[in-house]
Amino acid sequence: MTDPMRVRATLMGDRVEVKVLMSHVMETGQRKDIDGNIVPARYIVKVAAHCNGREVLSADWGPSISKNPYLAFRFKGAAKGDKVSITWTDNAGESRSDDVAIA
Amino acid sequence: MQQLRRNFLAHAGQLGLAAVALGSGLMSRLVLADEARPPFTATVIADAWKALGYGDVKQSTEIAFKGPDIAENGAVVPVEIESRLPGTRVISILVEKNPHVMSASFTIPEGTEPFISTRVKVAESSLIHALVKTDAGAFYTTRLVKVTLGGCGG
Repeated sequence: MTDPMRVRATLMGDRVEVKVLMSHVMETGQRKDIDGNIVPARYIVKVAAHCNGREVLSADWGPSISKNPYLAFRFKGAAKGDKVSITWTDNAGESRSDDVAIA
Repeated sequence: MQQLRRNFLAHAGQLGLAAVALGSGLMSRLVLADEARPPFTATVIADAWKALGYGDVKQSTEIAFKGPDIAENGAVVPVEIESRLPGTRVISILVEKNPHVMSASFTIPEGTEPFISTRVKVAESSLIHALVKTDAGAFYTTRLVKVTLGGCGG
């Protein structure tokens, strides 16, 4: 059960600006808990963004992306109302997709 | 004894991940484990460059790299990279003094601007690298970020 991402996609001239706030612990696997035990690594490893059946961004991430990752990027070739979808996958195989219409 | 236990748990954990991944049919274990992603295991910048397959990496003034000079909280350091280099295909972020230097790599398809804004963890005051792969080779620029409270929580 994962928490939803907050995604905003805005058309600015001929470019779509996308801003995403993901909900993920991004645990590095280096931190110790109160008993001195290592908290296991749990972090997003892959991110992909699609619009109109086209991949507009893909990324490989490591554990040093901040907790509750923020991401912004821009692309061309889409119109108001088109859907932008963002998908993340983490090192435990958990995955989440959220989408938004371009405003 | 503790180390043996940790090793066992780490391996058991990996096997567990394999079961979840294979069972869910999402992805093979290989893709999820960092040993399949050599750039993410590099502990020095030069090794990351090599693992990425970048031959000769040159400094460039055509990569706009914004970020704070001083980060109060090393766990959340905003970085913004915009490449003016033609044919930019990949933008990567590396933090020199992090235990593993590679933070992320973004693949920029045709039609997408060579621009990325995100937030990274910086363990201690360090140079951060914006590394760009273009059709003409690999280029980088750096920013020095001073960190008052280290970012890896350790």
